[in-house]
Amino acid sequence: MRLVDLTLFELSESLRSGEFTWQDAIEAYSEQIKRYDDELNAYITVNGAELSPPTGALSGAPIAVKDNICTKGLRTTCGSKLLENYIPPYDATVVKRLKEAGAIIIGKTNMDEFAMGSSTENSAFFPSKNPWDKSRVPGGSSGGSAVAVSAREAAAALGSDTGGSVRCPASFCGIVGLKPTYGLVSRFGLVAFANSLEQIGPMTRDVRDCALMMNVIAGYDEMDGTSVNRPREDYLSYLERDIKGLRIGVPREFFGEGTEEGVAREVWRSIHILESLGGKYSETNLPTLKYALPTYYLIAMSEASSNLARYDGIRYGVRAEDEGMDWSTSYSRTRSLFGMEVKRRVILGTFALSAGYYEGYYLKALKVRTLIRKDFERLFKEFDVIVGPTVPTTAFRLGEKVADPLAMYMTDIDTVTINLAGIPAISVPCGFSDGMPVGLQIMAPPFMEGRLLTVAKRIEDELKLNLAPPL
Amino acid sequence: MESLKIVSKERTERLAFLSKIELEEKEKEEITHQLNRILEAFKTLDELDLGEVEPTFHVVEMVNVLREDQVKSSLSQKEALSSASKTKDGFFVAPKIV
Repeated sequence: MRLVDLTLFELSESLRSGEFTWQDAIEAYSEQIKRYDDELNAYITVNGAELSPPTGALSGAPIAVKDNICTKGLRTTCGSKLLENYIPPYDATVVKRLKEAGAIIIGKTNMDEFAMGSSTENSAFFPSKNPWDKSRVPGGSSGGSAVAVSAREAAAALGSDTGGSVRCPASFCGIVGLKPTYGLVSRFGLVAFANSLEQIGPMTRDVRDCALMMNVIAGYDEMDGTSVNRPREDYLSYLERDIKGLRIGVPREFFGEGTEEGVAREVWRSIHILESLGGKYSETNLPTLKYALPTYYLIAMSEASSNLARYDGIRYGVRAEDEGMDWSTSYSRTRSLFGMEVKRRVILGTFALSAGYYEGYYLKALKVRTLIRKDFERLFKEFDVIVGPTVPTTAFRLGEKVADPLAMYMTDIDTVTINLAGIPAISVPCGFSDGMPVGLQIMAPPFMEGRLLTVAKRIEDELKLNLAPPL
Repeated sequence: MESLKIVSKERTERLAFLSKIELEEKEKEEITHQLNRILEAFKTLDELDLGEVEPTFHVVEMVNVLREDQVKSSLSQKEALSSASKTKDGFFVAPKIV
């Protein structure tokens, strides 16, 4: 077996046992990047720094990091022209933890600008391509991370998930992606888009790797004011548990209009597998799902309009200014470098927060958010997990939805509701439809990541899918 | 019947001014059109009776995360200024404000 085909868990073991050296790992992955990335565009920046011998659980495993997570001394662009020259003077907490565990940050991955998008086509640099079919998108916004993991250009990756940005590309590229409970993983050093919604999450080849990554990145951080202080868990300990008696809720709304038949078929196959393993499923309802998309976008855009106010070109980033230009013009000129989607969201967010419209848009969305949370609380009294598709479709074609923002937003219909509720959800590969991977989304109450990993592992073990793309 | 536009081109211009984003003429037209489409689609929220519902600003119910005010190591002045395009005598240089 080639080194790059080992999972993160297996590679870490081989590195610790001395079967491979960390230089072997870097060389093998650099070779993969050289061979495939000109076409796939997973990376914005490949780490060219001199590396020193690592120690720790991951012992030199090459990990890719989404380009909105700060890496000391390594360019962090957020997929934006505005930050194309930004070199952070500090590491995000998750990056610090990865390095302490012996990981090598092999590069920074492509993304929709400021994580605003569902296809990675909103990157200011280039779109990434789906390794399963290069005429299709990898999903977004953490598309580069998904491509890197799927195409064996990294052993594992970090993404960030504001409304599905880890789970959607995981689903489209046939890998595992987890959006942790809000507050479980530190956001310190994650460039903010919508603070009340986003979490950093692992993107991996299999469920065990996801658990291993969570062991490294989860946990309290005093640098993040929303970090929750609770005892650390060993997520690997959940993998071999059974699911006898597990109560599984299947909301009908997750199979609504726009859900492809092939996606529904593969998701239902998994539900029946869980049943055969001792789980008990019932169909149920999640009536608030139809309101989740507008609620999410109004809140996310409002938070974005406030968060992105910091890009004035003065303290960091590109500054577009002519000699003697006044503050207002220089500020506005600099920000004309934002891409169209970012401009649209900041302007719409400014609208939703402005006097006379605040109550009718932003505040209204916050109230609906309460209804959505309560809807999940109600379901979790009856069920241990809820399942459905991660995305209603498989990966669409490059260019197919770029011109129509509403069509693009619809991609997120099954994922945004999780971020509004703050609960954890995992996407695990559950089959193929016309040759493209399908993701099963499993949701659980807050801090029940362990339960998600148990259920996802049962699916993975039963299906034994071949998830190496035909490169 | 086509519904009334929520956002006029003039309002887009005003919002762009408030957001400090310089827009080209073509972008103003496009954004106005898209904002109206998006807000129209978002009208589904109007079906809900939200009279008694409290807003959720944040899912984690924590208040005032405080700690002792202790001096800790942080970025040096040099590091803090390292990404700025213009600096002088240890300061950021901003454009003329008045």
